[in-house]
Amino acid sequence: MRLRFMISGFAFAMALALGGGLRAEDVAEQLSARPPSPIASQKTDGLKGGTADHTKFQALKGPFETGSDVTKACLTCHTEAGAHFMKSIHWTWDYQNPKTGQRLGKHNVVNNFCTNARGNEGMCAQCHAGYGWKDDTFDFTNQNNIDCLVCHDTTATYYRLPNSRGHDACGVMFEGKQPIDLPKVAQHVGLPGRQNCGACHYNGGGGDGVKHGDLDSTLNAPPKALDVHMSPEGGNFACTKCHVSDKHMVSGSRYDMIARDEKGPGQPGARRDVATCESCHSAKPHDKPSLIGWQLDTHAERIACQTCHIPKIARGGVATMVDWDWSTAGKMIDGKGYALEDYKQGDGKERHTYWTIKGDFKWAENFVPSYQWFDGRMIYTTIDTKIDDSKQPVPINAVQGDAADPKSRIWPFKQMHTRLPWDPKLKSLVYNHLWGKDDTAFWGNFDMVKSVAAGMKLENKPFSGEIGFLPTVSNWPITHMVAPSSDAVKCGECHAEKSRLAGLPGLYMPGHSTVRWLDLIGYAMLAATLAGVVLHGLARIVLGKKTHGEA
Amino acid sequence: MTDLSTAAGIPPVKTKRAVMIYSRYERFWHWSQAILIFVLAMSGFAVHGAFSFVKFGTAVTIHSWAAITLIVLWIFTTFWHFTTGQWRQYLPNLAGLAAVIRFYAWGILTGAPHPYSKTLRRKQNALQSLAYLSFMVIIGPALWSTGIVYLAYPLWAHWAVGTIGLPAVAFVHTAAAFMMVTFVIIHIYMTTTGKTVTHYVRTMITGYDTIELTAAEAAYLSEDEPGRLGT
Repeated sequence: MRLRFMISGFAFAMALALGGGLRAEDVAEQLSARPPSPIASQKTDGLKGGTADHTKFQALKGPFETGSDVTKACLTCHTEAGAHFMKSIHWTWDYQNPKTGQRLGKHNVVNNFCTNARGNEGMCAQCHAGYGWKDDTFDFTNQNNIDCLVCHDTTATYYRLPNSRGHDACGVMFEGKQPIDLPKVAQHVGLPGRQNCGACHYNGGGGDGVKHGDLDSTLNAPPKALDVHMSPEGGNFACTKCHVSDKHMVSGSRYDMIARDEKGPGQPGARRDVATCESCHSAKPHDKPSLIGWQLDTHAERIACQTCHIPKIARGGVATMVDWDWSTAGKMIDGKGYALEDYKQGDGKERHTYWTIKGDFKWAENFVPSYQWFDGRMIYTTIDTKIDDSKQPVPINAVQGDAADPKSRIWPFKQMHTRLPWDPKLKSLVYNHLWGKDDTAFWGNFDMVKSVAAGMKLENKPFSGEIGFLPTVSNWPITHMVAPSSDAVKCGECHAEKSRLAGLPGLYMPGHSTVRWLDLIGYAMLAATLAGVVLHGLARIVLGKKTHGEA
Repeated sequence: MTDLSTAAGIPPVKTKRAVMIYSRYERFWHWSQAILIFVLAMSGFAVHGAFSFVKFGTAVTIHSWAAITLIVLWIFTTFWHFTTGQWRQYLPNLAGLAAVIRFYAWGILTGAPHPYSKTLRRKQNALQSLAYLSFMVIIGPALWSTGIVYLAYPLWAHWAVGTIGLPAVAFVHTAAAFMMVTFVIIHIYMTTTGKTVTHYVRTMITGYDTIELTAAEAAYLSEDEPGRLGT
């Protein structure tokens, strides 16, 4: 166990907490054994090489004062890109689910990690593909505010910092960064590689692998056993090879999933709307002609590809967080914040098990997912949901689906359990104002009643003034880290008494499901028969009569 | 089959002769079916979860191919039964049933003689034909009909969503499998009840048994089927 005391209060912890997200040197350090595949070498959905050499454009020679100046230069040729991009969720952070009608997106939802981006944009919008969103004054209609480079830099030298400095004590994290050579980056743009998407998507929840369990920095250069598609020894796919896009609208959103794709690949290049396995592999991908292949294709009608082909979560050596207790946040030793590192993950790096600013954590890696029937819909517990806390843990996103519905399949999920701040009187989740330079931000003042009151006031949501801690669970569909077919989950891991799918409703699984009384009668009959013939045989021997069979 | 015993002009003198009563095909059918049923029972109960020494996927593969082989064997055998008229062997003949049951329950222990003698026409005693009849018209069909439906699940899975279709098929298949194993246990034990413990097994291997022939039968065999008469 390592105990770290903070230099000047909790500043050092903040630096650790917040700096890990996007710093290229951190990523490089973690993966020193396997250098990331160069972005230009990764296979993307689009053209390779293209027809233009960006080093030859006068507009990209610079000098550029800010990233926004580079964007202006980009837009002089890519005249429609700004308008297209502004419709994407990467820009709006706002999403209306057409199936459930729920208003989602990072701007609205409450999750059970750092809880809410709303009111914390200065920090959270570090992952917004725009420049300067720190409060409600941000102009979502100004195309010059778009950050083209975070997705299109191929030099791996571009990085982003939080849009506001937060509490004074956090200043340390802005120091010691290499300045970005903007003309160089601007002249070396290309289609996004895994590192570009990963800069944010690996680090959801506040650090490498924390949120998803199937997305972390090991995917920059995964061995084939970790991910057949992204491995340089395998497909070396960039994310966009599957997450195809049209006018900057990227397919494959978790908010509105296709749990069962019956269309399959369609005509070559025809489908721009999905990132499903079936869109390449078809809905009947198993060996033919083969009896088992035939049965497996039938399995695929009810079982997501991921359920068998991603045998375990977080297999690369980077752990994922599975439990967080916010109720213990704010503890001090001698008036100082501190952090404990009591978990050593597969690659040897130690992860925090307690942080004054966040509370207690638990980690896991290389573990079996939880399985649920899923039809593609998730019902979110939002800030407006009146919570029924009689059944705990309360789902942050309740997975919808039913065995009797042919559109539902069994999917793997990573479950995250959190004791989350809530309003026990009004029975609602709360927006917590964590990040800011003011006297209400939790990270700095450690007064949650004050910080929640400030968070709720931003959206004029009612708050009783009381804080409780609600056991919650969130469900993260597992879809990356597809293993080689030889490592797929074996039949006997489900078709057995101790089954991975034990407890799932509506299933008949030979080898697992039995009719108890039939088995009892059956085995009793066999036992009685055996006993009968043994006794009969013994009687023949004992009585010693010569056998008189048929003549 | 002509009734030979009443053929005119031949005195009804009975002689004991070794006669081939199980033809080569019948023995091939019996033993290949025995092996397949053993393989099916082992792999089937492995699929059912009773054993774990064989992997589930392997058990399914073995079970499926053994089942397909057995179905092919049965198609040939059904053809054989009807072309040779041997299907009549299974016609229930309840006369003497009580005597046979009494013999196996009691008489065999006290050294009483078996109440039934194999004849050329009728190889099976009343209990045997009833047991084999139930094997062939109840247990067998219950197994292969549900087995085929089970194996072809991919063809109807789509319509089975949310129904008890699959569990119902599996239930009947499992119940019939328990009955099949019960039959096999008794069947194997009964093979020890001949003149000697191995007499019946030897008969089923060589095909020959010593039975009483009427003079007409003996004459017919030596005239028309000399190959069936042993030494």
